[in-house]
Amino acid sequence: MSERAIVTNARDIDARAAEWIERRYFGEWNAADQTALDTWLEESVVHRVAFVRLETGWRRTERLAALRPFKSGRAAPSRRNWSILTGIAAALGIVAILGVIGSNYFVRPGERVYATKVGGREKVTFADGSQIELNTDTVLRARMTTKERTVWLDKGEAYFQVKHDVHNPFIVVASGHRVIDLGTKFLVRRDDNSLEVALLEGRVRFGVAGGHPQSSLLKPGDDVLATAESISVTRKSTQQLTNKLTWRRGVVVFKDTPLADAVRELDRYNNQKLVVADPAISRRTISGTIPTNDVTGFIRVVRDVLGLHVMNDGNEVVITR
Amino acid sequence: MVEESETGRECASHRTSDAAMTASEVDLWFGREVLPLEAALMQFLQHNWRNKSDIYDFRQEVYVRVYEAALKKIPDRPKQFVFATARNLLIDRVRQEHVIPIEAAADLEALEIAADTPGPDRIAMGREDLRRLQAALDRLPLRAREAVVLGRIEGLSRREIAARMGIGEGTVAQYLARGICELVDILYGEPPNVRRQP
Repeated sequence: MSERAIVTNARDIDARAAEWIERRYFGEWNAADQTALDTWLEESVVHRVAFVRLETGWRRTERLAALRPFKSGRAAPSRRNWSILTGIAAALGIVAILGVIGSNYFVRPGERVYATKVGGREKVTFADGSQIELNTDTVLRARMTTKERTVWLDKGEAYFQVKHDVHNPFIVVASGHRVIDLGTKFLVRRDDNSLEVALLEGRVRFGVAGGHPQSSLLKPGDDVLATAESISVTRKSTQQLTNKLTWRRGVVVFKDTPLADAVRELDRYNNQKLVVADPAISRRTISGTIPTNDVTGFIRVVRDVLGLHVMNDGNEVVITR
Repeated sequence: MVEESETGRECASHRTSDAAMTASEVDLWFGREVLPLEAALMQFLQHNWRNKSDIYDFRQEVYVRVYEAALKKIPDRPKQFVFATARNLLIDRVRQEHVIPIEAAADLEALEIAADTPGPDRIAMGREDLRRLQAALDRLPLRAREAVVLGRIEGLSRREIAARMGIGEGTVAQYLARGICELVDILYGEPPNVRRQP
């Protein structure tokens, strides 16, 4: 506060606050950045007020973008010189993944952050009765009000059971895509290069976040896989879908699963990483149910059932022939 | 904790607690109650002060005073509090500078009028907001607009936008930061004649 007399150019401070917001939304963002931002905010109420104002306003623009495609005919056709929006299978946008969710985390107005560590699992129930279950190593932000229900899945996987409200759609944004619930249960999983949306019950709309009106109505059993290049929809049996959700009770189920895939799946839940050293054995398949945190049990199966060798070098467990 | 004794009278708008508010509580209150008054506030300041280059500094100073007061106690009547703060600020400045830039008689009446003007959030959201957003986007220079659309509407990261547009990430960052500033100004209803030149 004391520096207020010295630095008074409001527009300079606004510009500085805008730079912070730009970095957090669009750049790389890690714990050190968050600390630097916290320090800047603590320096002066002038900083904090400028930041809160821009952040609050910027969030409003996001809401507008989220509404656009499904209000057909709203936008004047002449505005469609936004042609960059059309016909693009959206690239996967990495939106401000937060390095650390600490107690220091600056909570944006009306928004809460939920996160799990590697191997963690959490269930959140909201006032409207909707539930979200977070799988391992997941970060999501939720803005739940009587006028808006938006969740940003920044990282990981979550299962949604939504109480439908025709006046207040439930929107999930992830990897540049958007899922709008029409009364439903669905799974959203975000990996490095892909996004999966599986619908168990009800109906959802799936489309590119914000942009153009191309969206698909998904039916139960639809499993969408979106990558930077393409979007594909496959039909899955109830059993197949159920197997995708076994993490909710702390297990993974393998059925003729290639070893490489099984290892990748298990690695999501554990800090001790498994590595398949030989491509020839990575195609061997395994079946069975195993607790997500039971690396030792998995190793035993690999050794005793598949007859492979396992070496533990401290950080990694290497599987060889 | 001292605050414990206050738990019986929880009611956000009629809170009489002396307990200090946390910053995030104040942030929420500020976004909900104060920012929607920005158009009216800017109008009020502009109407009552000749030197337009001071307006942004005034707005900042009003916000800081309001925010600091709210950290101690959330004002019961945000609108009255914001405009009283603005008015006091202008009066302080007049005294300091020994000038009288306030239009004759405009002072009090303007305050009354401005305080009755509904903020943008009181007007139905939706179509009006969409129109404002588009107007704001249209006002950005072509390349900056493209960056903002790719970032905001398509959800791309800075790096992806740079790749898509074939320009450096530093330039994209500048476009985006400027876009954030201008979009928020327009959304909160900056009066037309105070706008900076493009």
